[in-house]
Amino acid sequence: MKTSSPVTSIIAAVGATVITLAQNWKLAGFILILVLGAIFPFWASGVFTFQITQLLIYAIAIAGLNLLTGFNGQFSLGHSAFYAIGAYVSAILMTQLDMPFYLTIPIAAAVCFVFGFLFGLPALRLEGIYLALATFALAIATPQMLKFKPIEHLTGGVQGLTLFDRKPDAPFGLPFDQDQWTFYVTFAVTILMFFIAFSLVNSRSGRAMKAIRDNQIAAKVTGIDLSLFKTLTFGVSALFTGVAGALSAMLIAFVAPDSFQITLAVAIFVGMVVGGVGWIPGAFLGGLFILFVPNIAEHIAFGLSATFDQIRKIIPFFPSIGEQSAKGLTGTVYGVFLILLIYIMPSGLAGLLRLAVQRIAKARG
Amino acid sequence: MKIKKYGMIPALALGFAVAMAGTVSAQSPGVTDTEIKIGNINPYSGPASAYGTIGKTISAYFKMVNAEGGINGRMINFITYDDSYSPPKALEQVRKLVESDNVLLVFQALGTPGNSAIQGYLNGKKVPQLFVATGATKWGDPKKFPWTMGWQPNYQSEGRIYAAYILKNHPNGKIGILYQNDDYGKDYVKGLKDGLGAKAKEMIISEQPYEVADPTVDSQMIALKASGADIFFNATTPKFAAQSIKKAAEIGWKPVHFLNQVSVSVGQVMTPAGAENGEGIFSTGYIKDQNDPQWKDDAGMNKWRAFMDKYYPDGDKTSSFTTYGYTVAQNLHKILLSLGKNVTRESVMKAAASIKDMDLDLLLPGIKINTSATDFFPIEQQQMMKFNAKEKRWDFFGPVIAGEVRGS
Repeated sequence: MKTSSPVTSIIAAVGATVITLAQNWKLAGFILILVLGAIFPFWASGVFTFQITQLLIYAIAIAGLNLLTGFNGQFSLGHSAFYAIGAYVSAILMTQLDMPFYLTIPIAAAVCFVFGFLFGLPALRLEGIYLALATFALAIATPQMLKFKPIEHLTGGVQGLTLFDRKPDAPFGLPFDQDQWTFYVTFAVTILMFFIAFSLVNSRSGRAMKAIRDNQIAAKVTGIDLSLFKTLTFGVSALFTGVAGALSAMLIAFVAPDSFQITLAVAIFVGMVVGGVGWIPGAFLGGLFILFVPNIAEHIAFGLSATFDQIRKIIPFFPSIGEQSAKGLTGTVYGVFLILLIYIMPSGLAGLLRLAVQRIAKARG
Repeated sequence: MKIKKYGMIPALALGFAVAMAGTVSAQSPGVTDTEIKIGNINPYSGPASAYGTIGKTISAYFKMVNAEGGINGRMINFITYDDSYSPPKALEQVRKLVESDNVLLVFQALGTPGNSAIQGYLNGKKVPQLFVATGATKWGDPKKFPWTMGWQPNYQSEGRIYAAYILKNHPNGKIGILYQNDDYGKDYVKGLKDGLGAKAKEMIISEQPYEVADPTVDSQMIALKASGADIFFNATTPKFAAQSIKKAAEIGWKPVHFLNQVSVSVGQVMTPAGAENGEGIFSTGYIKDQNDPQWKDDAGMNKWRAFMDKYYPDGDKTSSFTTYGYTVAQNLHKILLSLGKNVTRESVMKAAASIKDMDLDLLLPGIKINTSATDFFPIEQQQMMKFNAKEKRWDFFGPVIAGEVRGS
């Protein structure tokens, strides 16, 4: 038939492309991600787009912490501080100088790099849990510093800064609403940041970072400048988290000290551990966990009362919880999730995936 | 087509409304012939989770409403989510309420930071942000935010009430202030200073801030005593209020003591501080205290007790959060009742902005809810009260005072 010839040629072309991509699975994966990202906002609802944007932002922050902890062996419980600085730098530049949002991202990144680098200097003298404690102090201090009187006219003090009127619209009359456009911007920045992260850990510098993590003395003997690499890693890690913070300022359109409490630092840390320490793509799994598991925990907690009542029908002496009291158990349910996860998957979701791959490989012989 | 800021949203909302019209009769989002959906966020987890009691009480209240037949034939579906007192989470949950659950309005969202994060979004979408659970003064600004309305007396107006009392009874006093270093504490201090007017500079001799993360306020209390102040203005949250009352007694400082009504709970503040140390402390109130024996046979209080027994039996009957939640929920209940069948986002907002002398079960006698198109502060009257250590209760005195403050 005449009409079938263009169809068959298209099929042939597609087939050829598929074969090429099948041989180069990394490229195929990358293209798949691009296509999924491009069509996602058209398929998803506004809220879901918002949530996935938030997930990508968390993933960037977690990747930043992972560079520091997973690849360089330095602990931080204070990454909410760099996240806050990134968000505030972006917000202040937008409100004070009317700067377009896009320009504020590289500036926030640079400022956070400098902050991280400077914090890395005294941190050189601290190891392990002592460094964790010092960064913890940073996370506690930052929300209060943001209320500091002399800078209150910039930071807005406790009231924070409202950016609702400054959310960027899609340029050139592109037919995207703000949710969709915010997603695309975040998606593009995420790809860039993860490209940088992958390149970094696979470079000479990345090997130096890992060498320091594995054995400092051996690393020094091979000629690696310990203090330089450790402080630089701190700077790069802060840069990543600061970029995430700047993106969050755009997404939430509001920054306030209460947005960057210690719970955020813990969330980033949890995300890293859950996703897998020392495995870059784990950041997405970690982001998924810290974004959605609290919501799941909430649903479970809110339904616990009815569940307990059901069990009581079978086991009469089973305790009962009041319907309203059960709402207070969200945090508890989340904690149970976390304990189970760490117990079942001590090396995070990354470890589970690796284990699964090994098993499959073994089964195939 | 160039899409301007949120220009698309009304169009989408319209499209959605049209789509809805096919299935049910032409009605506002969140309203069907049998149901009204009301959204809420509360901190059920995290550092501020004590406030979650308010959300739980409101849930229980609407269970009672439904058990008694609903509102004009419609059942209330009260959907409440946990925001852990985090502004980003608050926005995420509120978007879920508005866009997925499709609620009629967001009611009693709790906390100043969370409400700041959702205010622009809700006003952009023209969804009522009704009776926010915070006393900050910025919630009554109908010109800029016509979809946002506060409820409780704002902190500044309370500060002004103390100022008026001080000027009348202690015109030559020296005032020492302890306040929480955030917008809540600062609002109180501003109200006091505005009320004192020109005399503020000479009368206030010491101001001591503390951070909410501080373990104690001991050093601030010692500094206040050392300053020689004989009037103590105490703008603190419950934990610090109890500490400061106790510390003042320990160091033998006996000023005329004004305690903000955020911390008047007998169970959570006065008893832990040692009731005898609280003798004679002044504060203000607008809701009847369930621990006060003078309301033992009060009809409104009895209704609340019956409600607690039946619908919230695991709730804390001594907590002021349960009386607060009951009262604010009753206010919304009455507004919805008054609307009849015509329940829309516009009609709710209009009714909320035209309340005349509404009485609620637990408001103090003489205190009424009043609003208008330019007055988005429902409760502006309060009465002064004094702590009675022997009976462990607050005794009201003097007239009902209006401390009106208009949003800037």
